[in-house]
Amino acid sequence: MQLGRVVGTVVATVKVPGLTGVKLLVVQPLDRALRPVGGQVVAADAVHMAGPGELVYVVAAREAAQAMPDPFVPVDHAIVGIVDAVRTLAGDDPAAPRPSPPPAPGEPAGGPPASGPTPLARRGTRGRAPS
Amino acid sequence: MKLARVVGTVVSTINSPAFDERTLLLCDLLDPSGAPAGGSMIAVDAVGAGAGEMVLLLDEGNSARQILAAPGAPIRTVIVGIVDEVTGGGAGDADRD
Repeated sequence: MQLGRVVGTVVATVKVPGLTGVKLLVVQPLDRALRPVGGQVVAADAVHMAGPGELVYVVAAREAAQAMPDPFVPVDHAIVGIVDAVRTLAGDDPAAPRPSPPPAPGEPAGGPPASGPTPLARRGTRGRAPS
Repeated sequence: MKLARVVGTVVSTINSPAFDERTLLLCDLLDPSGAPAGGSMIAVDAVGAGAGEMVLLLDEGNSARQILAAPGAPIRTVIVGIVDEVTGGGAGDADRD
């Protein structure tokens, strides 16, 4: 699966019967820093809720058709999820629209904790003695 | 299969039902020496891998569905192992942290 950004829609009146009712979106694949990588693809929207501007993940090849109600539709890319957050090892969230600054020292922590990204705990290598 | 390092997680609430209750991990592809090979992929975790670990990525749909016992799921990339060590194919011990 790949991260991608929906950048457009495709309307096709004449198409094979299997594609009737399938929403087609133009998706720009992204790397993990959300920079465009590679060419844009047309993907079927398997979650029925993706729209332009949204960060999604896309499955390619035969598995794309598996995401559709009829698994024999001729699609080779499908949007299978809308991304809420990407949490990386460094704790940054490139998917966050606007990262909130950390509270100033001494400032009382009011309200619920921010739902921002939390860094992942870095785990050591298993089963190996320290060298 | 491919070598990769887990660099993060992907959180999604609106998704294909096959992804419910599954952990999606963001992985950077590596060469056998442990250096980034370019590119990253999102994979379903089947072994309980954690951030920073070198893992074995399976990028083939039929095997992925068999491992996850999810016939018909639109899943193609699965983490199938946590790598302890890679020898040969490069500069020797690849699991440098």
